[in-house]
Amino acid sequence: MAEAHPVGFQWVMEAKARGATVIHVDPRFSRTSAMADLHVPIRAGSDIAFLGGIINHVLTEEKYFRDYVLAYTNASTIISEDFADTEDLGGVFSGLDRDHRTYDFDAWRYQAGDVGAAAGRRDRPGSGKGGQNGNGQNGDGQNGDGRRRRVRAAARGEAHGSGGAAAHPSPDTDETLQHPRCVFQILKRHFSRYTPEMVEQICGISPENFRRVYEALTSNSGRDRTTALVYSVGWTQHTVGVQYIRTGAILQTLLGNMGRPGGGILALRGHASIQGSTDIPTLFDLLPGYLPMPHVHGNEDLDTYADAESMDNGFWANVRSYMVSLLKAWWGPAATAENDFCFDYLPRLTGSHGTYETVLAQIAGDCSGYFLLGENPAVGSANGRMQRLGMSKLDWLVVRDFSLIESATWWKDGPEIETGEMRTEDIGTEVFFLPAAAHTEKSGSFTNTQRMLQWHHEAVEPAGDARSDLWFAYHLGRIIREKLAAQSGSVPGSSSPAAGEHPDADEMNRPILDLTWDYPLRGPLREPDAEAVLAEVNGWDGDGKPVSSYTQLKDDGSTASGCWIYCGVYADGVNQAARRKPGGEQNWVANEWGWAWPANRRVLYNRASADPEGKPWSDRKALVWWDPEQGKWAGHDIADFIANRPPSYRPPDGAKGVAAISGTDAFIMQADGKAWLFAPAGLADGPMPAHYEPQESPVQNLLYPKQEHNPVRETLRHPGTPYQPSGDEPGSEVFPYVATTYRLTEHHTAGGMSRWLPYLSELQPEFFCEVSPELAAERGLEHMGWATIISARSAIEARVMVTQRMPSLTVQGKRLHQIGLPYHWGRNGLTTGDAANELAHFSLDPNVHIQEVKALAVDIQPGRRPRGPALLDLIRSYHERAGITDETGTEV
Amino acid sequence: MSSTERPGLTGGADPAERAGWGEHPPRMGFFTDTSVCIGCKACEVACKEWNTVPEDGLELTGMSFDNTIGLSASTWRHVAFIEQQAPVGVPALPAVPGQAAGIRGGLSGPAVPGPDGVDGAMRWLMSSDVCKHCTEAGCLDVCPTGALMRTEFGTVVVQDDVCNGCGYCVPACPFGVIGRRADDGGAHKCTLCYDRLGVGMEPACAKACPTDSIQFGPLDELRERARVRVNDLVEAGHPEAQLYLEGADNGIGGAGAFFLLLDEPEVYGLPPDPVVPTRSLPRMWKHAGLAAAGVGAMVLTAFLGSRTDVR
Repeated sequence: MAEAHPVGFQWVMEAKARGATVIHVDPRFSRTSAMADLHVPIRAGSDIAFLGGIINHVLTEEKYFRDYVLAYTNASTIISEDFADTEDLGGVFSGLDRDHRTYDFDAWRYQAGDVGAAAGRRDRPGSGKGGQNGNGQNGDGQNGDGRRRRVRAAARGEAHGSGGAAAHPSPDTDETLQHPRCVFQILKRHFSRYTPEMVEQICGISPENFRRVYEALTSNSGRDRTTALVYSVGWTQHTVGVQYIRTGAILQTLLGNMGRPGGGILALRGHASIQGSTDIPTLFDLLPGYLPMPHVHGNEDLDTYADAESMDNGFWANVRSYMVSLLKAWWGPAATAENDFCFDYLPRLTGSHGTYETVLAQIAGDCSGYFLLGENPAVGSANGRMQRLGMSKLDWLVVRDFSLIESATWWKDGPEIETGEMRTEDIGTEVFFLPAAAHTEKSGSFTNTQRMLQWHHEAVEPAGDARSDLWFAYHLGRIIREKLAAQSGSVPGSSSPAAGEHPDADEMNRPILDLTWDYPLRGPLREPDAEAVLAEVNGWDGDGKPVSSYTQLKDDGSTASGCWIYCGVYADGVNQAARRKPGGEQNWVANEWGWAWPANRRVLYNRASADPEGKPWSDRKALVWWDPEQGKWAGHDIADFIANRPPSYRPPDGAKGVAAISGTDAFIMQADGKAWLFAPAGLADGPMPAHYEPQESPVQNLLYPKQEHNPVRETLRHPGTPYQPSGDEPGSEVFPYVATTYRLTEHHTAGGMSRWLPYLSELQPEFFCEVSPELAAERGLEHMGWATIISARSAIEARVMVTQRMPSLTVQGKRLHQIGLPYHWGRNGLTTGDAANELAHFSLDPNVHIQEVKALAVDIQPGRRPRGPALLDLIRSYHERAGITDETGTEV
Repeated sequence: MSSTERPGLTGGADPAERAGWGEHPPRMGFFTDTSVCIGCKACEVACKEWNTVPEDGLELTGMSFDNTIGLSASTWRHVAFIEQQAPVGVPALPAVPGQAAGIRGGLSGPAVPGPDGVDGAMRWLMSSDVCKHCTEAGCLDVCPTGALMRTEFGTVVVQDDVCNGCGYCVPACPFGVIGRRADDGGAHKCTLCYDRLGVGMEPACAKACPTDSIQFGPLDELRERARVRVNDLVEAGHPEAQLYLEGADNGIGGAGAFFLLLDEPEVYGLPPDPVVPTRSLPRMWKHAGLAAAGVGAMVLTAFLGSRTDVR
């Protein structure tokens, strides 16, 4: 965190000054480790084994917060008889379809005596609407399996950004936690073999260090104390990335650290407003506010969409209101009840359209245009060669950035030009480079990891031709609308029926022509007013008055809101995100600095900071509480609960929607109001995390010897991205070391914002790899000499930094060396070097389609890499030595 | 005898007053607490941005993460990185003592080397160096043009439009802080952001420092704060924590920028016992004056004598 988020790390330093213990678990000793009370080096790719070991300790030694666990988690919930664990099935869960590499979640469902009576929809497997997470069953017989897989391929794991997946709202329970099929007992059995010895063998962590970690965690959790778990995006970049986070969530929930001050799981984002870019998404599978993007199967019209995506209980019951308000924000008066509020103007998903599938589609000729807005995939994405190969097949490519990044110039100076794989004169892609304005040159908001929006005002006009993204999107839309209008012979923004010469074209163009595209323009650059966009995101009621809460949204078309969870950010017509009341002038929660969704709450699920009766678990950790005299929730923060719902409230039989939320349902957005130790739905790869080795690993999976990898990981296939043998497969010894990529404080991601700046470039002026003295001795690497690092995809060269900060470990009785690779470099800019991500493959997490770049198996040799076609010869020789075929690494 | 009582050429308890400032603000300075430095180098970048100091070379040094190497005409803040095995028995970096004894029980023992002899025993020191704004400033003493001046804040600043680039100041600095830039030939160094101080703002480096490792303020207050902090660290089991240049009892008569270090100054590349080279000048001049007077007297005596002889 000190390394990649030094500004945020000031709060860790402040906590330390107040007595907090800081533990850092990381393969390398970083600037964070230097400040920590304890640094625990770990083998990259083994975190689930490590955290699973702590969970096992917490369960067997009864270190969990029992009152909290009983009240607020699904520990007592009984799971269906159909469920079978990895312990029973050799490392996989029940429901695995090996042919299609998917799980049928139906086998993980809650047991409910009243099946059918209160079943959800968003939540209900088998609702016939292809619903949430693609677990919906088909309604049309034999094509059902295919459809289910296609819907599932669209993932929707990310749709849980503001509430969990669906489950039965009132399943059978056993409050004694003794039932063999209750979640608590299942969890205990599942993690029973995650022992300190196993942790040592798999992670390379000594029992002594392991003990110090779990003792610090457990002794600092409970009624009086809380522990926070902080991770950075690298934690997600594994074929089991989402399950990493799940393991952390299970541990934090068992210890009672969720929804409480000083607790939680804090996801540090890759750069500013990444939280914002999922709230108002740049993801293919989401609409604003985590509304799932409609799928071609299952979301035929607004009714089926609202039915499939809503839950019976809680605030997700009102999906229709959120969706209709979104459609009204986008299409204004054109959206009417008669035309389903323009629901059919929305495109439909047909499968997964993530980054890597898109690259394959480019290569296949199915995707002909590409916008890169502040993104440099030629350096930042896995397997840069595949990225460039994809771009070389496009008709057009638009790059908006500060500088001529590698993704804008690969066609004349990329690595494939050097190797002879590409010739500039053969490339048909028309490349447009448009200079972008920096954040100081435009107004707008950042949404940080706390879901807090902070407004920034334009300080100076952008120089030269540089323009903001808002300017670009607005004026591009304006010009397209003008051109389409001329084609159709109608007026943009008018909802009048087609009157032009090409009525069919007009029909096709209406979704664009009917958009509300009327933001005020300011200044000589005609910059759209960013506050006007914020006002639309917030939304308004039937009188045009800004709404202050999403509870005001209606499904009859009388309200509009561009993102339901952001309702209130423009309450009273005031930009709440621009508030900057100093901390010293308000309470410690500081609700008057910026604005956080939902409803300006700063700690999510903070009902859990009070006991079931509504009293804080302890004075020291008080955050919100029930005030019986006032008849409402009070506290330092704004309660994440229905303001006047007493702890004693129990929903009457047959209650629906918000009325069905019990006074103790602290995890208010969950179908059953509980934090999930076991996820009966919502995850593509299992209801509980299990340790699987990375796609390419030098060691065998010790916990599940028959199941080396995540069985449902996505292994995209193309000759340009072959996989290596792993574990004890023959040929894996050719790649004996673990490489992990990361960032340095001095540079920013793929370098577009730092490698062109002299003041940053001089601080880290060259690409280097970090190796231990032991590895240096083993391979003859010299400090500040050159090394070539080789995978099945590519070979890169780097200067060698020999340092104790990259310790070698003992794993399964053998010395294991790790290689650290900062991934900022490319061929352009003031400081240049090979890109680490050239080495990476296309095996992805099945929930969110993220690449695995934090744990790769590689070889390293002293000296510089070959130039020109000789580089390809080197890679080919490794393929031969390792016996790599098209099938290598693709088994379930 | 304390140096404050022996002002040298330009020093004294109140260098601004000695420089001729009448009513003037208190002496301002930096306290750099290296125990909370996270090595982010924001100070280096903020300094260069504010003062438009040019890039100083794109060279990978291999000296841990230090690619700046040292202070120079074009580097006014420099973060040193020192990788070392922690001294035996020293716990990992400190918190304020007493506040968390309960939970730290499992961790506050001696650092136990892990199975690989590395984890728990590694230490990475980071420290942001800067011009010391000495009470007795060698650069100021030797400057023949008056380009180097003592400000009303007690700091030492080069006036670019007066500097003739003679370079006398460069060897006069016991820390190697000041240097000449090849392109303009002038001498350059930290100004303690004189322009910012003038309008009541703190220097750019201190403003940018996320962890308050660089603290700016009236020197008296900073010294007080530093003594409390070092005592806390020593009590928390860090006997090696020490203040560097905090007092006036050193060869530069005290510094406007001082440091809390977790090891000996040499480890950070700082001179353990810096002495301003002009320190002996008053004494030398006194001796030279005496000698000259003696010679004069001898000559006079000789003449008087010869006159006697003549007579």
